[in-house]
Amino acid sequence: MSDTQSPERKGAIARFLAASPDSVGKTIFIAVAVCLVASMIVSAAAVSLRPVQESNKLKDKQVNILQVAGVYEPGVNVTEAFAAFEPHVLDLATGDFVDDQFDPATFDDLAAAGDPNLSVALDDDPAGIGRKAKYRVIYLLRDDAGALDKVILPLHGYGLWSTLYGFIALEKNGNDIYGLQFYQHGETPGLGAEVDNPRWKTLWNGKKLRDDAGVLQITVAKSQPAAGPDYYIDALAGATLTTVGVDNLVRFWMGDAGYAPFLAKLQAGEI
Amino acid sequence: MSQTKKELLVDPLVDNNPITLQVLGICSALAVTSSLQVAFVMALAVTFVTAFSSMFISILRNQIPGSIRIIVQMVIIASLVILVDQILKAYAFQISKTLSVFVGLIITNCIVMGRAEAFAMKNPPVASFIDGLGNGMGYGLILMLVGIIRELFGSGSLFGVTILQTVNNGGWYVPNGLLLLPPSAFFVIGLLIWAFRTWKPNQVEEREYKIQQVEAH
Repeated sequence: MSDTQSPERKGAIARFLAASPDSVGKTIFIAVAVCLVASMIVSAAAVSLRPVQESNKLKDKQVNILQVAGVYEPGVNVTEAFAAFEPHVLDLATGDFVDDQFDPATFDDLAAAGDPNLSVALDDDPAGIGRKAKYRVIYLLRDDAGALDKVILPLHGYGLWSTLYGFIALEKNGNDIYGLQFYQHGETPGLGAEVDNPRWKTLWNGKKLRDDAGVLQITVAKSQPAAGPDYYIDALAGATLTTVGVDNLVRFWMGDAGYAPFLAKLQAGEI
Repeated sequence: MSQTKKELLVDPLVDNNPITLQVLGICSALAVTSSLQVAFVMALAVTFVTAFSSMFISILRNQIPGSIRIIVQMVIIASLVILVDQILKAYAFQISKTLSVFVGLIITNCIVMGRAEAFAMKNPPVASFIDGLGNGMGYGLILMLVGIIRELFGSGSLFGVTILQTVNNGGWYVPNGLLLLPPSAFFVIGLLIWAFRTWKPNQVEEREYKIQQVEAH
């Protein structure tokens, strides 16, 4: 039995509701109707909440930049505090700003890493990221007098389970580390996730990237290398692979494939 | 059905708890109980989804064709879950970052499907709503109990407030790292089930087999 023939106008709804739910016509009708109503509710929620979600994401990133630069305090007006930071799009290969080609406020360097025109595949890939964007958004923090104080550079790389995304803050000489902070990762709670431990993060403060001869010496390891304590951050206990990942990603981004050209210019006082 | 509305609400807390008696919804209970705050939000989300999905499915119960009833239930549940996920992303961003994929996985939580299929398809909307609410709260209760144990002994804190100062932060307490990993929830839930069934022996299931008594020759 099927009720595909069109019902009469009078009492159509009542007859439809009373009809057996197992008929073919009703099965199709219910399937379509439920899907339509559900999709409308879901899309309405997604569209109407999008602006709030986007601003949350942006704010989260800004809070992390404030934290790594050491200017974050709970309750501070994030947007206002963040205005002190100057975003620039940096060409990694040359170390020059290319703000005329891309808008620093909207350029998404992580998305650019997936765009063949804006990124390069890596043969030597210690950080485990596959492709590297040619351009990255960096932030300059100036003091009240307008002189350069710190630079904030984004970095990311693979740990044990996940890609760690973070920022490193360097002093204006381009060699002294002020701080390192990851804003997104999926490392093991209690072990690898201790990259978020405030006590471990303070270890980075005051360390140096390169020695006087210009060789990249910064190391995260279980024992101190020959270069000395200025270039050494103690490993995380019980998280060898996360530690190796952090070591690799910091050395990669601070090295020649990363920010080295820019840091050289910074040291020469050309920025 | 002779159950009163109060029974519908209170029964799933202890006497008919979805986790300890029915042993449903274990996967998410393992994943989200390492910190109390996250467990609490997850409990709220599941309660919301179970209550409202049961109610909507119950409203439609006489119209849902038998052949596609599971799909129709899934569509309703999935829409509610997406709604919760979107709201969390908008108004509780930090927590939604920690919960990440587990909010989406409420769709596969057996408790939600179980209540839809076992109760909401046969009962009126208000009773179904209360039943969903009760089961969500029963799930939440166990989540909070497991969360208290795991966060207190795993990180030395409750709701992020330090109770036992850990060695990593300059204190004395050496945290039990196992409790931060999902397998520990298996042990904790197992012990809870044991405790519940010792307290209420009628929850003990009958053996599926009996050792036969044979008289010695």
